[in-house]
This record gives sequence, structure tokens and C-alpha cells, in this order.
Amino acid sequence: MKITLKIWRQKNQGAKGSFKEYKVDHVSPDMSFLEMLDVLNTELILKGEEPIAFDHDCREGICGTCSLYINGRPHGPLQTTTCQLHMRTFKDGEIITIEPWRAKAFPIIKDLVVDRGAFERIQQAGGYVSVNTGGVPDANEIPIPKKVADEAFDAAACIGCGACVAACKNASAMLFVSAKVSQLALLPQGKPEKKERVERMVAQMDAEGFGACTNTGACEAECPKSISLSNIARMNREYFSAKFSSYEVTTKGEG
Amino acid sequence: MKLDSKIPDGPLAEKWTKHKFNLKLVNPANKRKYDIIVVGTGLAGASAAASLGELGYNVKAFCFQDSARRAHSIAAQGGINAAKNYQNDGDSVYRLFYDTIKGGDYRAREGNVYRLAQESVNIIDQCVAQGVPFAREYGGLLANRSFGGAQVSRTFYARGQTGQQLLLGAYSALNRQISNGKVKMYPRTEMLDVVLVDGKARGIITRDLVTGKIEAHSAHAVLLCTGGYGNVFFLSTNAKGCNATAIWRAHKKGALFGNPCFTQIHPTCIPVSGDHQSKLTLMSESLRNDGRVWVPKVARPGLKAKDAVNIPEAERDYFLERRYPSFGNLVPRDVASRNAKNMCDDGRGVGSGLAVFLDFADAIKRDGKKVIEAKYGNLFDMYKQITGDNPYEAPMMIYPAVHYTMGGLWVDYNLMTTVPGLYALGEANFSDHGANRLGASALMQGLADGYFVIPYTIGDYLAGMPTEKISADRGEFREALEKVNSTILKFLSIKGKKTVDQFHRELGLTMWDYCGMARNAEGLKKAKTHIRQLRDEFWQNVNVLGSSNELNQELEKAMRVADFMELGELMVDDALHREESCGGHFREEYQTPDGEAQRRDDLFTYAAAWEYKGENQVEVLHKEELIFENVKLTQRSYK
Repeated sequence: MKITLKIWRQKNQGAKGSFKEYKVDHVSPDMSFLEMLDVLNTELILKGEEPIAFDHDCREGICGTCSLYINGRPHGPLQTTTCQLHMRTFKDGEIITIEPWRAKAFPIIKDLVVDRGAFERIQQAGGYVSVNTGGVPDANEIPIPKKVADEAFDAAACIGCGACVAACKNASAMLFVSAKVSQLALLPQGKPEKKERVERMVAQMDAEGFGACTNTGACEAECPKSISLSNIARMNREYFSAKFSSYEVTTKGEG
Repeated sequence: MKLDSKIPDGPLAEKWTKHKFNLKLVNPANKRKYDIIVVGTGLAGASAAASLGELGYNVKAFCFQDSARRAHSIAAQGGINAAKNYQNDGDSVYRLFYDTIKGGDYRAREGNVYRLAQESVNIIDQCVAQGVPFAREYGGLLANRSFGGAQVSRTFYARGQTGQQLLLGAYSALNRQISNGKVKMYPRTEMLDVVLVDGKARGIITRDLVTGKIEAHSAHAVLLCTGGYGNVFFLSTNAKGCNATAIWRAHKKGALFGNPCFTQIHPTCIPVSGDHQSKLTLMSESLRNDGRVWVPKVARPGLKAKDAVNIPEAERDYFLERRYPSFGNLVPRDVASRNAKNMCDDGRGVGSGLAVFLDFADAIKRDGKKVIEAKYGNLFDMYKQITGDNPYEAPMMIYPAVHYTMGGLWVDYNLMTTVPGLYALGEANFSDHGANRLGASALMQGLADGYFVIPYTIGDYLAGMPTEKISADRGEFREALEKVNSTILKFLSIKGKKTVDQFHRELGLTMWDYCGMARNAEGLKKAKTHIRQLRDEFWQNVNVLGSSNELNQELEKAMRVADFMELGELMVDDALHREESCGGHFREEYQTPDGEAQRRDDLFTYAAAWEYKGENQVEVLHKEELIFENVKLTQRSYK
């Protein structure tokens, strides 16, 4: 296959970026999308041109490191991570446009690499159960209905890649935040802190500059792990109920 | 140098309890006066950093990824072992201990492995308390499945994403400590050296991968939780960023390296599809619970998966079931891998010739597609995405690939390396898996080390240490910092004609061909010469573009590959010296008449610990005798 790539190049956060065009011949349909970029980068280096910076790590769809906005869709045309996208999905001669995630809360570091630190700070605001190591009950002490455990797992399957934010016209992080809120709100272990947790995580989400949710569902449609929109509904429910009934949160941590 | 493993005396079952009582304690008010550096935030690192923060220590945690949650533990699929005996099928701490010692082909310490089996039960409790959504039965209790090398069901799992869920649990505990101010997190930061002051580990040198800034950090102790070195082979199931730099630099500063040649080749990976291949993808071992491994009885070159269904039963060779009737497809990884290789060497490989079938047709016929989908749906989808073939309709094609390294920094029972104050946890150390790791045991070890071992053992060291901090401006730090800087400048100035990846691929091929699934003296010697040549060429002809004060992924890779080249040579030396076959280390010269690994217990019942002696110097071998007081060494049999 032969393809043409239009790739966003940007030296650093402060620099002005632009699209640059590259041609890649000899693309095998069995290559992953990232392997195709490896091939391009090797060619660039051998020509003395700086390779394209892009985030990636496990290349098996689970670490959530890879990103890329491909032909106007996060992770490209399939509902999968970019590393699991293969060139057989594209046509010979196709022009492919590659951009970084676009969101104010995800500033560009270089080329296609963005800073997703905002997600970290949201998790640190309350995405945990406050138990120390040791002194916990036996794992089978509290039975959890299979249905509940399965639903919590479905929410917990989020890989934190940020595709939901990139897909949303408002760059809202509701799907990401609601997945963690849901997982812990569903499980008995997470219930004691569920009110404070949702309040803190939502407050941090707002502070990071993510947009509001208008229920278009683009996030769910593009999520490579099929995180359900119903998590957002659950988070809203948790949030309103917390607002009406929780104690005022005045301290950070040690909830 | 005398190696002291510090294994406590006394009966096996009492060693750890007794040892914990004998360890010195740091009083709660003093804990806040000690700083601890944790490098790596996978299962071992995240659990250690969180647990130490909870105890009151000041922790600085570092990872090269953009988030602690992305460490490669995240990719572990199948599960985690624990001797809970929830299934009433005869499991016990002793049985898990025994299976692990045997699985490791009697090249691990009894004391360590028993402790691991003891702590396994606490891990499951801890994870459930954190909100890890393990698989459950309809009654609401935890579900189990069986894994290779065991005849009981003791593996806890969360679909095919157990590592992800366990890591997210540890990550959440870590986040809580970050929020409490007890852990300071440094993402996108890579450790490039360890700093010793008066012979003790007192800090590290790091590079901020975004700004390129080189910094010195001081502390009272340093924990390396940086995973394994499978990426020496270029192609492996490891993440692209996995590297040996932290442990290798520690090795060069005096930490002995244990059993470097013990690498695990995992039998069920997706075969290589072309020269562009950047990594290999594992298909969880749990698939061998229902999948049957076979090749045609007579060679059929180029046989495709979709044509496999036309091969009649009588013309198929289910070679694992045939050779190992009692364990069948669930033999340990090293055995399964070697047999697949033998079939392909025999010309009976399918597809490209380097693949065997993993067939679910019988399981689907027996249980229905729905049941198989519920068990392995995500794995089947992943396989289809990567290969374009549908495993519900035709068998998968699999081939072994480098997956895990049992070797690592030599540590004593307290997880301390031979450098005082420098610890290694999880895959980064050599301690618990001997010559072969059993499935679902890596997660167990990472979390046992981090949650339940280091919080006790580190106190014993710190209690004997003054609380005074030392300045990161001292000469020792400045010197290390300058050395890192000059290496970086050297790389940027070479401006050669080959890319880092080209060198890495070449190194990987040599390692795979001569120090992979089967090894022999002649090949290993050839590999050594080749690695030396390649290393010389690398330092003269690699091309690293860009500058040092920005995000520069080529520079990151170059520094990692430089270390892989040196480590690769040590792996070859170790493989050459160990003139026996054991577990994943198969020396062709030493095999039983029916082709199984032939140990030589009279000569090699020891852990090899190598001491660095300087650039291009031959490393010195130290031996830690392995003493078996409870288990009788036998020819490992899964027949």
C-alpha cells in the first residue's frame, strides 16, 4: 500500500504548529498504525529529519498511552486504541490526517504528545477507597452479587486514554470521571466515601477546565473500552444526592 | 564478597513470622524523618510507595510513563495465584510453595517462595478492600480458574485484565497518598543513575523527559521496582518503554545481578507477521484451559488457519496432550514453548512455519460459543483485530515469545541488593521464580514485595541510620550528574548512519537466535562476539537527532539500548557458564533422552550472582548455594 499522511508538527507547547505532509510507500496491511509511523520515523531519521513524537507503550490496547486523532476521530475509524488499529483498515492511496488530542485541559507537549496530567489530579482528588495496607477483612467476607461486580468491572475497564475528551465537542471529561465514580459507588467497599468522592472528583474536573456534558454521546461512541454513558447518569445521580445530603467537605484527603 | 541471603533459621512455616519479629522498628514519630525513593510504579512500585506513605515515610515515586497507572503490570492478563483454597480442591500454602519451587525447576530459595505463598492470601483481601472487581460466582463469592503448572484452581482474575485491575487498585492507594502529601509523584521522569555515599545508596539522578532537565534526588533508601529486561530481545510481549536502565546502572554501581540468563519464553503469543513488527502480543495462558494445541502429523507447509478445519482428527498431533497426559495443555510455560519450537523445527509448523494451532472448536462444541465468549471474549477480539482471523471459526495461530525475566538484581531475604539501602522489588529482582515462573505468579510477587515485605524489612535498615538528610549538591551527586550529561552529549554528537531501532533489532535477533529458547556453547560464543561488535558500531554509528533539553524519544531509546547491549552480553556469559538445562534455560548439550531439561544438581544448585568489574572487564561470578531442607530435588515431570 501507498499512503499520504498529514501530520501535526509542533516543536513544543509554546510554538506554533502546522500540518506537514509525508508519503509512505511499502505499507503492509498487517502493520499496526503505530508500526507504520515507526517506518516513517526510521525514514525521517535516515534523511536527517527529526522523527514525529507520539505517545505509545504497551501496544496491546491496555495501557492507555497511545492517542492520535485520526481522520477526525480519536483512535481512528474503529472503536479501538490506535495501537490496535491496523493498516488493513485503510485503502491504498488514502490520505490520512493525524492530530493530537484537542482539549484545553490537555496541552500539547510536542507534535502528537499531550499532557494528560489533569486526569491524574482528578483521580488523586478522590478516586480511591481509604484503606491502608493490612488489617482488611477476608476477601469472601462480603459477598457481592455477580451482576454488581460485573457492572463495576465494566466501569473499571477504563484505560484513561482521553479519547472521550477528544471526541467531545465540549472537551468534557464526564465519561472518564464517571467510570471511576461508578466503579467505587457500586461496590460495598466504596460506599462509605461515595458522597465526598463524587464531590471532590467533580470539583477537580471543573477546576481543570474540562467542558460541560451535553449528552451527545460522542464519548461512548468513540471509547475503545466501551465505557457506557449510563455511568454519567449514575455520576449525576450520585452528585445530586451528595449535594443534598453530604457533610460539607472542608479538608483535603483523610476523608 | 560473601553472599548472605539472610534466610532465617527454623522451620519453613515459621521463618517469616520469626523474622518479622526480629526486625528492628522505626517509631511512628521518626518515620516522617526518613525519605524513600521508589523508582517504577507498577504493581511492586505502586504498592510499596503507597504502603510506605501510609506508614508515614516521605516517598518520592518516579515513572517514565505519563501516569503511574500505565506501568506494564497493567498488561498482565490471566490472573493472580493465592492459596485461599476457596475451591475445596486441596490447595494450601504448602502446595502453592511446592508448585512454585517445582515450577522454577528447583532454582529458587525455599524461604522466599514459602513467604510468597503465605502472603498470597493477604493480597487478595487487600485488593478486594480497595475495590478491585475480581470475577465472582452467582452467590457473590470470588471465582477461580486453573493455570499452568498447577492441578488446583487458585487463580483469581478479572476477565482477561487482571493486571490492569490490580494495578489500578495499587494506583488508587498511591493516589490517596499523593493527595495526603506523603508521596510526591514524578511522572515522565526516568532514572539514569543511582548515587552512593559512603557505600550506601543515597539517591538517584533523573531526567525530566519533557524538559530534559537532569536532577539529583537524595533519600535514605532507594527502591528499584522497574520491571524486567525482556526488551533486550527487541521483540517481546513487554511494552515498548520497558527497559533495564535502572537495574543496569545499579549493577554498575555494585549491585550483583542474579541469574541474568533466566528468561521466560511464553508459549501463547501471536506470531511475527513481518519485518515491521514492533512488539509481540501475548494471548493469555488461561486460553490453554480450553484451547488444544496441535500441528499436523505430517508437514503441511503454509497451512492456513481457515484450512485447519479440513484436517481430520486422525491427522492431527495434539503434542502436549500426547507427551504430557496428566497436565496436557496446562504444562508450564517453558515446557509448552520448547515443544512448540520442536514441532516447528521438525517442519510441522503452520502458517509462516513458526506457529502452531490453539484450537477452541472442541470447547465451543462442548460449552457453546456463549460460554467461551464470556471467558475469553476480549482475547478473541484482540486476536481478530491483530491478525484479521476469527478464532471462533478457525484455530488461533500462536508461537512462543519473550515474556518475563526471572533474573534480576540479586537481593537477600529483605529484598536488599548487595548495595546497602538499595532494594529491588518485583520483576526487577531475581528472587522467587527460579529458572521458570509459573503463570499468575508475577502479580503475586510484585504485590507481596510491595504491600507485605518491604514495609517490614526497610524499617530494619532505616532504624540503624541517622535521620539527617544529605544534600543533593554533594560531590557524589554532582559527579553522577555530570556523567549522565556527558553520555547524553556523546549520543547527540555521534550523528551516525543507523537508527537506534536498527541496532536494537539486530541485538534482539542475535539474542533470540543464540540465547533464546535453546542455547548451546558454540552459538553463545558467536553471540558474544557479535554483541561486542554491534556495541562498538553503536557508539560510532548511531544517529540521535534533536537536542537534550526537550522531549526526545530517540535519545531515551538510545540510552536504554546502550544498557541492553551490555546486559545482553552478561546474559550470554551466564547462559554459557550454566552447563545444565533448567526451566527456561535449555542448553542443548544437556537434555534427557526424551528431550526434557537435564539439571545437574551436583554442580549448579546455586544462584549465579555477577559482579561488575568495569568497562569491558569480565564480570566475576559469585555463587549462592541453594539449600533444600523441605523439598526433594527430582526430575520435574508433568507426564
